[in-house]
Amino acid sequence: MRKWTPYLLLIPTFIIIVLFIYVPAEYSIMASMQRILPFGRGTSYIGLTNFLKLFSNAEYLYSVRFTILYVTVTVGIAIIFSFLIALLLVKKIPGVKLFRTLIFVPYAISPAIAGALWTFLLNPIVGHVSYFFQVLFGVQVEWLTSKPYAFYAVVFASVWKTLPFNMIFYIASIQDVPEEIIESATIEGASPLNRTWKIIFPMVSPITFYLVIMNIVTMMFSSFAIIDVMTKGGPGQYTTNMIYRLYLDAFYFQKPGIASAQSVILIAIMIVVTSIYFKFGERRVHYQ
Amino acid sequence: MKISTQKRTDVIISEAILIIVSLVFILPLILALTMSIQPPHVVFSFPPKILPRGLHLQNYVTAFQRVPFFRLFLNSAIVAVMITAGKLITGALAGYAYANFKFFGKSFSFAFLFATLFLPAEIIMIVPLFSLMVKFGWVNTYWALTIPFMASATNTFLLRQHFMMIPKELEDSARIDGAGPMAYFLKILLPLSKAMLGGVSIINFIYAWNLYLWPLIITMEDKMKTVQVGVKMLIDSEAASDWGVIMAGTVSAVIPTLIVFFVLQSIFVKSLTRSGIKG
Repeated sequence: MRKWTPYLLLIPTFIIIVLFIYVPAEYSIMASMQRILPFGRGTSYIGLTNFLKLFSNAEYLYSVRFTILYVTVTVGIAIIFSFLIALLLVKKIPGVKLFRTLIFVPYAISPAIAGALWTFLLNPIVGHVSYFFQVLFGVQVEWLTSKPYAFYAVVFASVWKTLPFNMIFYIASIQDVPEEIIESATIEGASPLNRTWKIIFPMVSPITFYLVIMNIVTMMFSSFAIIDVMTKGGPGQYTTNMIYRLYLDAFYFQKPGIASAQSVILIAIMIVVTSIYFKFGERRVHYQ
Repeated sequence: MKISTQKRTDVIISEAILIIVSLVFILPLILALTMSIQPPHVVFSFPPKILPRGLHLQNYVTAFQRVPFFRLFLNSAIVAVMITAGKLITGALAGYAYANFKFFGKSFSFAFLFATLFLPAEIIMIVPLFSLMVKFGWVNTYWALTIPFMASATNTFLLRQHFMMIPKELEDSARIDGAGPMAYFLKILLPLSKAMLGGVSIINFIYAWNLYLWPLIITMEDKMKTVQVGVKMLIDSEAASDWGVIMAGTVSAVIPTLIVFFVLQSIFVKSLTRSGIKG
């Protein structure tokens, strides 16, 4: 009886992951190399044709470039600011618990709602941020429908949504930095700035590494809702990133082969990113 | 004396920065709430108001009429509860198998489960999972909205990690007392893991309530959509400039996760940071 117990325990999990993750993944890989024949005559093998088509497609290449820009900017801002804010939030000052709770709130809010909130705040007529911007710079901007403001708009919403998650991890790991190390550095005359960049920042580098990887994945994939709610990839295709391109090609333009090829490329990127994490990240995290 | 003045300025500057930062993160919600109770003539008054002028709850009524929000709330609740319960059950069972048993194929199956972390859910959803649901005839059903998400590697790892920390002597003495593996699991292991199970549930509930892409593509009928998609429907509806109504819908959609968040925050922050560090 005991011999079979573990297998029985694993059955529910494995039925679900095989049926709803591995079978679809395999289907994507097959479909990326097939063409659907007209009149329901099945499919034919076309090798890498779909991939070659993609790499010569200007719209797809634009979405790749936009993704790189969007991910770099949002992850960079989210990491730097969350670290700086966390430095303040580990101080023993009045109200620090309240500040933590308030800043952490967007974690509970979905990307879609974050998109809706920022669509409202940036609305040229009723939005407060738009008004504030107008008072400061004297220009009224159509944030969501003009370049380059649509880009800034999705960046605001993405950073606002993601930063609190990073912040919580930074608070936890900054608090784990041994008190003695900082004290002895202070006695040896290290300035606060030096203490931060030469001691605390290197000590929390495993968490930074983890957060960079997590943020890249979030910005590549979960950004879908923010972009769908705020700009629908526009104006034109100005804010169409890879996941949004995939969605458009799959559901609007009904190109399953091309869409599957895009899925395979995204899976490949994901494998590279997560492998980097597990190769270099795990070991360093354990040192802590 | 010099040090203490320096310290005081330091505290004042930190406080000032933190107040501004807190406002940046909390104001969008407060302004949305203000807007949601604003009568129509104030909505378009310029400059935009920060404090509400009166309490105009009609916006909420209109929002719930324009989009079938009651039904969408019910759907979101069903989906979030089912996914949370499903993940908890599958994760606890599998976590128990990996934490407390030696068996043939353990490391292989573990690697197989681990590898799912490389396959982003959004990519699986968009073409292939959608096609599979069409084949199953599950489009527009609760089955499609819940069952594919009822197991995950992270949940299993988190619970396995936790079960491994519970002293093995408990299991041995339970066995000596004649308790089988399931009796030990149900009567000793799970009750000892209440806090962890609670934390994992909250994270999963927020995750499931906030799903957007999947309900968007897998449901065609309005009555099967969820509140997340409902907010988008309000923004896209004909009276799109009716911001009082749109924000009424948005505020309603965010209330359940905010309640969970504020009431249970301390429990789940612990689980969240642990889940990150242990993968």
